[in-house]
Parts: sequence; structure tokens; C-alpha cells
Amino acid sequence: MSHSPMIEARPLPARKKRSMSWNSREGRSVIYQVVAIASVVALIWLLVRNTLRNMRERGIQSGYDFMGEPFGFDVSETMIPYDVMSTYWTAFSIGMLNTLKVAVIGIVLATILGTLLGVGRFSPNFLLRKICYGYVEFFRNVPIYLQLLIWYIVFTEVLPSFENAWQVGHFYLSKGGFSFPWPIWQLGQTLALIGLLLGVAGSYVYARKASKHFDLTGQQRPVLLVSLALIVGLAVLGWLAGGAPTGWSLPVKGDFQIEEGAAFSPEFLALLLGLVLYTASFIAEIVRSGISSVSLGQHEAAASLGLGKRQAMRLVVLPQALRVIIPPLTSQYLNLTKNSSLAVAIGYPDLVSIANTTLNQTGRAIEALSIVMLVYLTLSLVTSALMNWFNASAAIQER
Amino acid sequence: MQQIYQPIEARPMPGLSVGALAWLKTNLFSSTSNSIKTLIVAGLALWAIFGAAGWVVTNAVFGANLEACNSVRGIGACWGVVAEKGRLIVMGRYPDTEHWRPVIATALMLGVVGISCMPRFWNRLLGPIWLAMLVLYFLLMKGGVLGLTAVPTDQWGGLPLTVMLTVISMTMAFPLSIFVALGRRSNMPAIKTLCTLYVELIRGVPLITVLFMASFMLPLFMPDGVSIDVLIRVVVGITLFSAAYMAEVVRGGLQALPKGQTEAAATLGLTYWQTQRKIVLPQALSMVVPSLMNTFIGMFKDTSLVTIVSLYELTGALALALNADADWRPFKLEAYFFITLIYFVFCFAMSRYSLWVEKRTAVSKVR
Repeated sequence: MSHSPMIEARPLPARKKRSMSWNSREGRSVIYQVVAIASVVALIWLLVRNTLRNMRERGIQSGYDFMGEPFGFDVSETMIPYDVMSTYWTAFSIGMLNTLKVAVIGIVLATILGTLLGVGRFSPNFLLRKICYGYVEFFRNVPIYLQLLIWYIVFTEVLPSFENAWQVGHFYLSKGGFSFPWPIWQLGQTLALIGLLLGVAGSYVYARKASKHFDLTGQQRPVLLVSLALIVGLAVLGWLAGGAPTGWSLPVKGDFQIEEGAAFSPEFLALLLGLVLYTASFIAEIVRSGISSVSLGQHEAAASLGLGKRQAMRLVVLPQALRVIIPPLTSQYLNLTKNSSLAVAIGYPDLVSIANTTLNQTGRAIEALSIVMLVYLTLSLVTSALMNWFNASAAIQER
Repeated sequence: MQQIYQPIEARPMPGLSVGALAWLKTNLFSSTSNSIKTLIVAGLALWAIFGAAGWVVTNAVFGANLEACNSVRGIGACWGVVAEKGRLIVMGRYPDTEHWRPVIATALMLGVVGISCMPRFWNRLLGPIWLAMLVLYFLLMKGGVLGLTAVPTDQWGGLPLTVMLTVISMTMAFPLSIFVALGRRSNMPAIKTLCTLYVELIRGVPLITVLFMASFMLPLFMPDGVSIDVLIRVVVGITLFSAAYMAEVVRGGLQALPKGQTEAAATLGLTYWQTQRKIVLPQALSMVVPSLMNTFIGMFKDTSLVTIVSLYELTGALALALNADADWRPFKLEAYFFITLIYFVFCFAMSRYSLWVEKRTAVSKVR
């Protein structure tokens, strides 16, 4: 019997020597990076030095101390209290809120319209298909800036003046904007709003539970009905708890304008309509390509499992289409938000308009622009983070 | 017992499947709900068309006749504004007697761009052709030599400026975007971070802030006594802006390329730059031509924003032509529709081209 002699273990591999010469890949990589960083730093240093010297020579003051001083200009649309003595801080906050207002409403409306148009491209009806196609081709091939200018003219010059305002019930549309009834805000409305939000949260929880229940047992629960009942029920409950107030502020024709009620200014309407119609055409294309990316076999497989058209769409096609739709949709949302900066051209007091006024008044270009850029960067990052989270939940679950 | 084969009755002939009637049935009246939709949509469309026709054609004034225009205000369009101001809108402030120069220069530029769009001409000669075109373009536009009157850049405007801004900035942004895209995929952390920062910072802010920066802040950045023409500043701004967007498009193409390609190139002993130049980029770029085209269309539309920093391209030239003229100012809407048509024709043509390229690449992938 012979033992097979064990061979000696091989020595530890020699520690790879990090060569820092031009002839090794690592060496070159380090040198490239050092050069890149050095040149960027040098460039920034040069620019800062030039800027400081130029500002000193031209007597331009710098710093953010002006933010506490009064803005001194009239701002037409304010969501928070504002008067002539209000500071730049307040003015910038108003600008930001106005940007957010038009962006949020715009995103919701553009998504609805865009989805309808995108689905319309698959309609069995020839006319509907062609109209959706024509809409998309027309609206996305004309600059948004031009579209805004046109809508602005339509809302401020083509529409009748307030005396001859177009009227449907208590809704008025004229050069002065769009007026509509608004409930007189009391405790009841606040409670109803809280109830509504609670209802939304509750139905979200219920929907998740139901989906888990479905995975485990295969039994479906009436999610839509329960959610609807929860949301409406809690809102009504809140309203009743607040004493069931029924006061409405109705718009009426005054001597110089349409008074009472709530109103959207023509600038806001022009901006909103322009952004929604433009972005919807892009969203329609995204939805169309998303749906057509789901192969025909999926529809057929769903049909052979006995799913109806609606079920097949909801359970099979849409989840797969969403994967293709969400990433470009995110960038369209961001585009809409960024395009809202064109408000500066039609006098809607958004962030850029306020910054533009500030810049003309104080001459502090760097400060005003830096605030605008910071806000937009934050908005972009937050939106993409939210959408990435949504995307991750829609993404394919791989092993 | 013998069974005798009895043929069952033949099924009836299928309904019409060809011809106009059959087409109507399948496309417009396939079901009750479909028929209702057809009737509603057709009704609305006819109503809209007849409503618009009154304003656009029947009641409209086509000659540059101010009195006639004023008399139809509210019920008919005044296309006379185009006849009267069209030249000013399209050409901007460029001196009247020299209009032939931007026309030729722009035609030349568009011609070269057109050639570059045809795969037949994708060869070595394209570079020199572009260079020659650019030299000729600026000689013609700027003048000051060969007996041409000098025209300072602040008088350039209208459609030639729109075309020039788009073409020049995209031409400069393209190579920049390739380097940035490669940098973003590099395995050197410092380079990667710098490129990512650049792309995300630019894509996070609206073009208008970049233009504001180019117009207000760039002069502050310059050393003493150096002042840069506003046109150049804006071109730099647009270039840096579009390069970030293009870089993402190019990166998409790079990502779509299978890793085997670079590995195969490495086994052949190609260096990094050889690999990129001969293997990676040709494949990656040809994949993203349609998306690049979309960026191009987007940029063409976005040049309309330079009005805000006082350059008078097509949209700005319109404001210039009408705002100062109280007689014609009321007919701005008609003028807007006129330039809408110009933008639409350009963008639609480009999007058709992009579709054609897409189909062409799709065909080449089918074996």
C-alpha cells in the first residue's frame, strides 16, 4: 500500500506590484484621473477668481442678504399671504408653490389625456385611431414655447371680456380667467378632506391585504367597491361630523370683474393647457409603445386561460407594459416640470419669473439663478427617486 | 347495413371582406358601440372643420390689406399679416438687401445636413465637406470679405438663426456627448463621477436657466477685457445642455451592446480607443440614430427659447416684427400659426426620417 504523497501547497501568489508607470493600465488610469480632477479644479478656481475680480471691478455686490429685504413687486397669484412689504424669501416661496401647483395638476391631467390618446391608437374605430395619431403628430412637432404663446393670446385676447363671459351654470370663462363655485371653507370641509385621505390610506392597506389573500387562496375580494365605500364613506362622515356645512361661494359678475367663487387666472390656464396638451402627446407615444411591446402571445395566452378582455388588460398586459412605460414617463414628468419655467414668457409668477424679477432688480444673477437651479435639482431628484421606487415595484421579479 | 354518405349543407358565403363597404364595416361600423363612436366623432370633426373653415378660409383676408383685415376681425383670419411681415419674420433683422446671403448659406447648411442623413454618403469625405460648409456659411453670413458687407451677429435672425443654432450646437454636442457617455461607463471612479455629475446636473435644470446663465453669468466668468459675443455664449449654453441629453442616448446604445464585443476586441489585442472606435461606437451609434434624431428635433424646437435672452430667431423675429407695429399687432395669432406651420414642417420631416432609419435598422436585423 502506498500513500500518494501530498504535494506541497503552492506558495502564496506574489503580491501584485502596483506599477505607477505609464506602461501599466493602473498607472495610466491613476494619471488620467489626477489630470481630470486637477483640470476641473483649476477651471473652477479660474472661473471663481475671474468672477470675484469682475464683481469687484463692476461694483456688484454678492451674498444672499437681500433675501430678507422686501420684494416690493406685486405678485398676481399667491398661495400664501403676501403684501408689498413681504420679503424675497416669501416671493421665492410663492414662486416655488406656483411652479409645484402647475406641475402637479399638469402631470395628473397630462397622464390621463396621454393614456387615453395612447390607448386610442389601438381602437377598432378608424376615425378615433387617426384622430389620436394626428393629435400626437401635431402637438409634439410644435415648440412648447410657441404653443404657450398661442394659448396666452387665446386666453387674454380671443376670449370675450368679462361682461360677455361664456357661462355654463355657475362656471364663467372670459379674459379674466375661469371662475367656478367653491365651498366656503369650514370645519366640515377640513374634516371631509381628512376623511378622504384616511379613506385613501385605508383602501391602500385593504388592497395590499386582498392581493396577499389572493396569492394564498386564489379568492378575489371586491377591492374597487370597498375602496370606493371607504373613501366616500369617510369623507361624508367627516363632513357630517363637522356639522354638514353647505355654503358655496358662487361667482357673480361684478362691475370690473367676475367676483366671488374661486378662479384660475388666464396665465395659469394658458400655461396649464399648453403643458398638458404638449406633454400628453409624448405620453401617448410612450403608452402606445408600451402596449405594443407586449407580444400578441400574451393576449392569446390570457384569452386561453379564460380571462376576459378587461381582465387580460389589467392582469396580464398592463403590468408588463408598465415596465416599458415607467422610465420614459418619469422623464416626461420631469420635462413638464422643467417646461413650466417658460411661465416667465407669459407672466405667470413661477419660480423663474420671480428669479428673473429679482435678477433685474438686484443684479445678483448668481444668487438668483443658484436658488432656481437648486430647487429644480431637488424637484428632479425627488421625482426620479419616487418614480424609481414605483418602477422597482413594477419591475420583473427575477430569481 | 350500409350507410350512405350524406354531405351536410355548405355554410353560407362569408360576408364581404374586400371593397369599400367591407372596409367601412370593419373599420367604422363593426359593432353597435363602434358605430355610435363613429357617428359622434365624425359629427364633432365635421362641426370643428366647418367652424374652423369659416375663420381660416371663407372669411379670411389673404392680401396685405389692413382695412380689410380690420373689418373681418373676430370672424376671419388675416393672413395678410404673413404677406406683409412674412419676410421680416423669416429673416429677422438681417439687412433687407442682403437676404440672398442667409438664404444661400442656410440652403447650403441644410443640404449638407441632408447629405449626412443618407447612408450612401457616410464615408471619409463627410468631415471635409462639413468643414468647408461651415467656413462658407460663416463667410457668407458675416461678410466683411470679398466685397460682402459685414453683418454683425446681433443682426442675424429668423429661420436661418434657428437652423444655425440647432445645427452648430448639435454638431459640437455630438462628439462631446460620446466622450461623456464613455466616461460615464469608464471604470475610473473619478472620471465616472465627473461625467455623472455633469449629466445629472444639466438634466436636472430647465434649458432656460442654462440660457440665463450663458447670458448673465458667462460674462462674469471671463478674464479682464475678454467679452464674448452673445450668440457664441448661447451656442455654448445649448451645446452643453444638449450634450448631456445626447450622452444619455449614446450611453443607452453602449449598454445595449453585448459584452462579448469588447471581449472579442480585447482578445484581438485592440487597445481601449481602438476598441471604441472600430468595434463599439459604430454598432452603438447606429442603434441610437432614431433617439439622436429625437434629441435633434427637441433641440430644434427648444431654440425658440433663445428669444428670452434676446436673440431673434424665428419666434423672436415674430415678436420683433409685430410688437412695434400697432397696426398689425392685433393679428399676432395668425403670424403664430404661420411659424407653427414652419416648425411643424421641419420637425415632421425629421421625425419621418427617424422612422425610416428605425425601419431600416429593423430590416438589417432580420436574417
